[in-house]
Amino acid sequence: MSVGEIRVAINSDQDIVSARQKGRAMASELGFSSGDATLIATAISELARNIVSYARKGQITLKGVHGSSRVGIVVIASDDGPGILDIRQALRDGFSTSGSLGLGLPGVRRLMDEFEIDSQPGRGTIVAVKKWRQ
Amino acid sequence: MEVPILKQGAVLIATFQAALSDADLNQLRMGLVQQVVKFRSRAVIVDVTAMDVMDSFASRTLREIAHMIRLRGAETVIVGIQPEVAFAMVQLGLTLEGVATALDLEEGLAYLNEKFKTTS
Ligand SMILES: Nc1ncnc2c1ncn2[C@@H]1O[C@H](COP(=O)(O)OP(=O)(O)O)[C@@H](O)[C@H]1O
Ligand SMILES: [Mg+2]
Repeated sequence: MSVGEIRVAINSDQDIVSARQKGRAMASELGFSSGDATLIATAISELARNIVSYARKGQITLKGVHGSSRVGIVVIASDDGPGILDIRQALRDGFSTSGSLGLGLPGVRRLMDEFEIDSQPGRGTIVAVKKWRQ
Repeated sequence: MEVPILKQGAVLIATFQAALSDADLNQLRMGLVQQVVKFRSRAVIVDVTAMDVMDSFASRTLREIAHMIRLRGAETVIVGIQPEVAFAMVQLGLTLEGVATALDLEEGLAYLNEKFKTTS
């Protein structure tokens, strides 16, 4: 069962800020601790920035999920940008095609409990991550 | 969103707001370095107490600010990183290597006072 869904269009660096604020608010509403809400907001910031940096535009979808015995939050970052040629390489700490730190994708993976990525060169990228409430 | 920069003697104090965009951070980088030059400041304190998130872009920008200011012979101290933000930074793999940090503004100023005393 899904409890509410928010979609944030990502077109500029301003949208990165609003996406992470909305994510933090949803996490708090779902009962996440403020520490975990910070981890979630940080992950959203990285995913949204990748959209702006590499695809120019896309969207972030935020969803609350109620499993049988637990509550979680799902963050889906999707774009129709250039895609990622080598996903394994992109997930490595320090790998970057833009001369930046290369900690976004591997960092998001550490910040969240579940991490899935699907990307096709020339088609776009979807990163779906989940965190469960403690 | 503007970042207020306060001049207190030889020290500049920049106070970050919660929701700084990349553009704000870039502007701050230029603004701070210009003011360090203009006022011949010896140190800059960047107060990030209010920051909600320190992601890879923000921490890289802070590191760049500190390096540029060091090239001017001045010192940068980052103060007020919240415990939750620090935890997220560690998970992300971010470090502020080579940049001085202090608990809060007061400790940052105390650190600089001590430092100036011993070097001058
Ligand atoms: N949405 C995306 N679209 C296309 N390429 C991407 C996307 N997200 C990440 N990448 C690629 O994966 C690499 C690693 O991303 P990341 O770990 O966030 O590090 P950084 O953004 O610092 O380079 C990027 O340099 C880029 O080549
Ligand atoms: Mg990135």
